[in-house]
Amino acid sequence: MEAKKSFDAIVVGAGHNGLVAGAYLARAGMEVLIVEKNDWIGGAAVSRSLNEGWTYSNCSYVCSLFRREIARDLELPKYGLQIIPYEGGASFTRDGNYLAYYSDHYALRREISRFSARDADAYQRYATAVMRQCRFIRPFLLRNAPDPTSVRPRDLSEMAFLIKRGYELGTKELQDTMRFWTMSIGDFLDEHFENDLLKAHLAGSGIIGTGLGVYSPGTAYVLLHHYMGDIDGGIGAWGFARGGMGAISEALENSFKHHNGRLQKGSGIDQFIIKNGKVKGVALENGDEFYAPLVISNMDVKRTFLNHVKTEALPEDFKKAVKRFKIRGSSAKLNISLKGFPKFPSAPQNASFLRGDMHCTESLLELEKAYDQWKAGEWSANPYVDMLIPSQIDPTMAPKGDHMMTVFVQYAPYELKVGNSRSAEHWTAERCKALSESVLDQISIACPNIRSHIEHMEVRSPLEIEKEVGLTEGNIFQGELTFDQLFFNRPIPGYSDYSSPVKGLYICGSSTHPGGGVMGAPGANAARTILQTQSKNMHMTGYAS
Amino acid sequence: MSITTDPKIGLIDGPFQRQLEALSQSRSWYNWAGYAAPSTLDCIEFEYFALRNQASLFDISPLFKYRVKGSEANKMLNRLVTRDVNKIKVGRVAYAIWCNQDGMLIDDGTLFHLGNCDWRLCCQEPMLDWLLEAAWGFNIEIIDESATVAGLSIQGPTSYSILSIAGFTLDNIKPFDFYQDRNGVLISRTGFTGDLGYEIFFPHEKASDLWDLIWNSGSDLGLRAIGYDAVNIARIEAGFMTAGIDFMPVQSTEYLHRGQTPFELNIGKLVDFKKGHFNGRRALLDLKDKPRSCLLRFDVGGFKPADSALIYHKKKYEVGHISSGIWSPTVKKSIALAHIKTQYRNSPALFAEIYTLKEGQWIKRMEKMVENKSPFYAPPRAKQTPPFKR
Repeated sequence: MEAKKSFDAIVVGAGHNGLVAGAYLARAGMEVLIVEKNDWIGGAAVSRSLNEGWTYSNCSYVCSLFRREIARDLELPKYGLQIIPYEGGASFTRDGNYLAYYSDHYALRREISRFSARDADAYQRYATAVMRQCRFIRPFLLRNAPDPTSVRPRDLSEMAFLIKRGYELGTKELQDTMRFWTMSIGDFLDEHFENDLLKAHLAGSGIIGTGLGVYSPGTAYVLLHHYMGDIDGGIGAWGFARGGMGAISEALENSFKHHNGRLQKGSGIDQFIIKNGKVKGVALENGDEFYAPLVISNMDVKRTFLNHVKTEALPEDFKKAVKRFKIRGSSAKLNISLKGFPKFPSAPQNASFLRGDMHCTESLLELEKAYDQWKAGEWSANPYVDMLIPSQIDPTMAPKGDHMMTVFVQYAPYELKVGNSRSAEHWTAERCKALSESVLDQISIACPNIRSHIEHMEVRSPLEIEKEVGLTEGNIFQGELTFDQLFFNRPIPGYSDYSSPVKGLYICGSSTHPGGGVMGAPGANAARTILQTQSKNMHMTGYAS
Repeated sequence: MSITTDPKIGLIDGPFQRQLEALSQSRSWYNWAGYAAPSTLDCIEFEYFALRNQASLFDISPLFKYRVKGSEANKMLNRLVTRDVNKIKVGRVAYAIWCNQDGMLIDDGTLFHLGNCDWRLCCQEPMLDWLLEAAWGFNIEIIDESATVAGLSIQGPTSYSILSIAGFTLDNIKPFDFYQDRNGVLISRTGFTGDLGYEIFFPHEKASDLWDLIWNSGSDLGLRAIGYDAVNIARIEAGFMTAGIDFMPVQSTEYLHRGQTPFELNIGKLVDFKKGHFNGRRALLDLKDKPRSCLLRFDVGGFKPADSALIYHKKKYEVGHISSGIWSPTVKKSIALAHIKTQYRNSPALFAEIYTLKEGQWIKRMEKMVENKSPFYAPPRAKQTPPFKR
């Protein structure tokens, strides 16, 4: 077994999409090797214990987008995956108030009415409009995006499906859809609501992971990207993976290995081995070489083609397109071991929204200002935070009575400005500490005593995420979710079918359609495409086929 | 004068009404043996996930409970139930079923071997007259404890830790063992969920104390009081059948031939023909190899719950129906308990006809069904002794 060097397919990177692709290929009967640079798997879907007794979801922290078709095909529950939904959320204000989100319709209506009776009713129409967009887009997630310039039968049939779906919408809906896909979340919310706090609460999903502000065109789609998932059929619902997000990767690994998949950790790729325009295998940093006629990169498109493919193997136009692909770091992350449960003085005892996602931003203006600082190369003095305490629901995350807090922070630039220079290297330990102080100040709006409960804290700058996980600039989506790089434009026009100019070299990460988030769809789509086009006798079976 | 206030009708309070009422946000009560029992207290989804991820507390006091004691208790019970009670040691609990003389199932329940010639039977249906008839001629005594013994079911991964904090030593209690303390509290490692869990029985007057003790012990371990709707999801995932839903207790069927034999309910292994005579034995010997239909577990295709769907062979011939069908939030599949006509039980082409109503439009789906021989969900923690802490 150890001596085996040749495989049917090699996947580079054991992130969740690499594992999904590998698991589907292995199920179809291929001999598959997955290579991973870290000593652990999961990429950004990972659980690690950095402080004894506590488990962090170090990068991604909540789950909704992961396709149920994939979970079912790969039997992930059988291999240990359990997704637990969480309830509600809240945005806290400096004057000691909060706006809570409840899944109970009338409770939510009463809550919004505290701020605006009109918005309470408008919410119903807003939710319906967003849900309609979700219903439109969901069927496209597990299909390839058609290349509109191609006359290949599979592109034509996908195009026909797209046109049919669009036609079914009718004139008005189609107009709304085109507007929605290109407009800003700020404008969309302004059209529906009058209350600033409500707008700020809802706008977060439009900017998470994106180097754009709430009034930048395209952010309405980013919100949709956060709403189109589901838990047990509840579209837009979010939850925790029991044991942290690494539980998803672990279940995928078990499923992959059950079908004789082989995994090699601890050494990253040095170069793809390419001869005469065809991929032959991979050469690892530790000197090992493995061979396969199919190599699938789970790394982002920039890292794959600019760092690990010899430049002469790629056409100039392609290289140029890869270089201009936007993959800007915009966020940081804090993972905190809490001793006991800190007080949220404005919340009632046992409030359900403390078990959901919590924020401390009061207006769209505040969010836009936070974005302005990012443009200037600074982290936001009043950052947008998306914080959760999953240990309230998942008892495996912290010792009894203690808690684990995950804090997503936006904005933080990759190239930090110090004096007149902008560089990622400016992210020193002291500046990470200073960033965390800004974040803790912001959290203090909701939870003034947070600092006295901190037992351990992991602070992750965009640079540090890039170094550890491999995401270029620490961009959580492997490339921004804007219309110029979505759908048939993702990652690069003409290459939305997971292929590349190098024969046999594919990519399957979030840089590809339908984009980022722990969704698994890019991995499944890549596997399906590979089996359809590269294998005569092996087929993908199941719901994602 | 009002005509709606007859104090003798309506749901009555159980021993935990005060506690449950204080926790009830959904105010959703159903009738369990005349008691007001919660369908949900808050929301089915979160109650269910408390059960599977942390711990859930469910009031099982409305169960019918009968004490059977006396020198001939074992003899009498062996006449009553189909399995051999002599194999059930003191300190053990056993799942048991009993039939009428035609071999049709009357009910199922749990038998607790409390002490020498001392048993407790817990079941879903009232059974006093049947027990008294069965007791005729035996030197035993039957006491109806239904209204004097209260019960709580604590189920889920942190249930063991919570009971440890409450001061109960359950380290060596294996599944179907029970433990009794000096104050009349009995804790068995049983439940209706297929998960790690315990059922606790105690006299009514201790109800408040026990509730408080357990409730306070669970505050850091996610303990949540739940209603039956969540339990129902868990019991289908565990593959357990329910009286009146998945089988028709023969004593309450009005139509002829609606009763079912244990062999038709896939619990034939609970019938011990070697132990000597028992009620229904002769009929069952005859019916053993002639089941009209079989209760089986199925994975159903698609993403919609298939409850009450009719089942077709080759999408054409009606050959059965689903008695319990849900979307399982833990195994992420549509799962079902279904009755299939015997000659089609091995058909590779069974389809459930599922109807869903969405915003005024019905959609019909025919989804493939594949038999699943094991429980849909059986976490290893359910069998581990001692269980993991937390």
